[in-house]
Amino acid sequence: MIYALIGNQNCGKTTLFNQLTGSNQHVGNFPGVTVEKKSGVIKGHPDEEVVDLPGIYSITPYSNEEIVTRDFLLKEKPNAIINILDATNIERNLYLSLQLMELGIPMVIALNMMDEVRHNGGTIHVHRMQKALGVPIVPISASRNEGIAELVETVLKVAREAIVPEKTCFFEGELAHCCQSIAYQLESHAKKADIPLSFAVTKLIEMDADTIHALALSDNEVNLIEHLVQDLEKSLQLDRYAILADRRYVFIEKVTAECVVKGKTSKERQRSIQIDTILTHKYLGIPIFIVIMLVVFFLSFNVIGQTLSDWMSSGIDWLTDCVAMALANYGMNPVVQSLVIDGVFAGIGSVITFLPIVVTLFFFLSLLEDSGYMARVAFVMDKLLRKIGLSGRSFVPLLIGFGCSVPAIMATRTLSSERDRKMTIMLTPFMSCSAKLPIYAVFTSAFFGVYAPYVMILLYILGMVIGIITGLVLNGTSFKGNPVPFVMELPNYRLPSLKTVLHLMWDKAKDFLVKAFTVIFMATLVIWFLQTFDLRLNVVSDSKDSLLALIGQFFAPLFRPLGFTDWRVATSLMAGFSAKEAVVSTLAVLTGTSMEGLGLALQSLFTPLSAFAFLVFTLLYTPCIATISAASKELGSWLRGLKIMLMQTGIAWIVGFLVYQLGQLLL
Amino acid sequence: MTLAELEIGKEAIIVSVGGEGALRRRLLDMGLTPRTCVKIEKIAPMGDPLEMTVRGYSLTLRKEDAAKIEIEVIEA
Repeated sequence: MIYALIGNQNCGKTTLFNQLTGSNQHVGNFPGVTVEKKSGVIKGHPDEEVVDLPGIYSITPYSNEEIVTRDFLLKEKPNAIINILDATNIERNLYLSLQLMELGIPMVIALNMMDEVRHNGGTIHVHRMQKALGVPIVPISASRNEGIAELVETVLKVAREAIVPEKTCFFEGELAHCCQSIAYQLESHAKKADIPLSFAVTKLIEMDADTIHALALSDNEVNLIEHLVQDLEKSLQLDRYAILADRRYVFIEKVTAECVVKGKTSKERQRSIQIDTILTHKYLGIPIFIVIMLVVFFLSFNVIGQTLSDWMSSGIDWLTDCVAMALANYGMNPVVQSLVIDGVFAGIGSVITFLPIVVTLFFFLSLLEDSGYMARVAFVMDKLLRKIGLSGRSFVPLLIGFGCSVPAIMATRTLSSERDRKMTIMLTPFMSCSAKLPIYAVFTSAFFGVYAPYVMILLYILGMVIGIITGLVLNGTSFKGNPVPFVMELPNYRLPSLKTVLHLMWDKAKDFLVKAFTVIFMATLVIWFLQTFDLRLNVVSDSKDSLLALIGQFFAPLFRPLGFTDWRVATSLMAGFSAKEAVVSTLAVLTGTSMEGLGLALQSLFTPLSAFAFLVFTLLYTPCIATISAASKELGSWLRGLKIMLMQTGIAWIVGFLVYQLGQLLL
Repeated sequence: MTLAELEIGKEAIIVSVGGEGALRRRLLDMGLTPRTCVKIEKIAPMGDPLEMTVRGYSLTLRKEDAAKIEIEVIEA
């Protein structure tokens, strides 16, 4: 049987999901959208599957998260709904519950964080509330793993016996009468279309186009209902949306007045307010955020991640040497040796060494997310990103982009809206990643002497500026209309649960490894092949005869307007697609110099102006294969990844062209 | 008067919720319905958005959105 796990954001849904399923999880996307779909089997019940739906506050059809949830409930018809509520914030949490009950699907409410309510001297009379709402309620504490067994038992029973909610309409007075009249009209239509009646009624009050279509109503019938609703609006002096929201909250207030004894302001909330006096302080808020991010960066990219990464790379080097020796001793064909050592080991190895950095970074990020701090970052930074149609939530992924685009794109999962997620993914590669540093270092020191640091800073700024311009353009074109409203809850700070953090780390590590061994593996093989063979598939002795060089020669003329025409430059740019560091190492190989002598060799290929145009091009052109594959996965299609490649390369060419041509005019 | 003009630390009652489409629905869904009590807690360092308490939890809204909510100040 299939169960849907639904709840607001920040109510402990992920923690409960992890408790229910343990490590038996499958993560993917809902078809066609960038909305995460996690499912798993309930521990000890191999035939019972839970699907973790996105954290939402309502099932209005505005965001993709809400549409996905609604479609899942109406079309997939889960056997039961597990609706998790934050007991410390029960009024707003129940708002979603009422809408779920309208669906007439067997349902159980899991009342999370009851321990916190009791702790603060409050109580919730579960039996009384169960009666008032007409659905079974099980108090739990997801973080302490309390009440989970009872919850599972109740859910299985409700699903097996198909116990539907007793109430599906919560209105009184005129609205209730109006609902009855509409229900009378819709009854046969709803039955035919297999849509829950109460749900159809409220959707018709809202004049929801999808529902009207699904019910196959005639214009006459729709008009009749519209009249009823208009009369209601007149007599209540409110519009339909406000009426529905208001009457739902009125019902909830009545229920909570009967069943909830509020304690004093909870300790957690008081503590949160105290922490926030510092973390979102008028003057301290931003500096503190910068310090926190610097520490996270420093630890991930330098101390912990880098150390682990170094260990890993020495391990891989050792293994590579062993295998190389074994193959040589065995007398294996040199091409196969090259395939294994230069292709497989070098390719996978260079990517795998990033793994510790990714895992460490996500360890810290999930600590920040789980504790509630990320919401504050969004609060503090929102104003900066608003102009390009994003919210403060996108700030952290973009920032990580300066380290590496791959974890940055993976971090967009935490954004609560699909639109923001897509747009952030498209803008992340404009934040110059750390793999481009070697290119900047070699070129700036060869051409700009004492001005080298300024040129580097200029490049970083240029990347951001082009990113902002792209953002403005995207916001005005493909992402036009409907920016997701920034109406966000600031959850109480909580101690992050180790289990959740570890789960997330494991997910990300798995993601990364799968990518390394599939897409990136194939890509490195292709590049190895192109580097090793010539047109007649003979092994090349001089790298300038290779297929890659040939392709480089073919594309070289394209770069004439940018000031660099040598085929070796074009070839190095192509090698950079596997990893940005490869640009300089390829140039070194092709010019036949060591890394130390590369600066001198470059001076015969570039003028300072064309060198700058080249740097601008490398700053902006297509991100590496690992980034494209991460973006394609998050965006749910390779086509979109390809689009990013083309878009960025196009932008890079145009900006490089402008730099070189204008530079020539001015200098 | 609108919610965007409410002073920090002051409480008010919502009179009506303006705006349209997704934003308006979202405001209503989050519990900002007529006759609900709200209190502004603080303003973000860059002067926007606002943090407020409503129905016992913290909510953040941009000023331009808060300006669509009509309120009546509760005199202490």
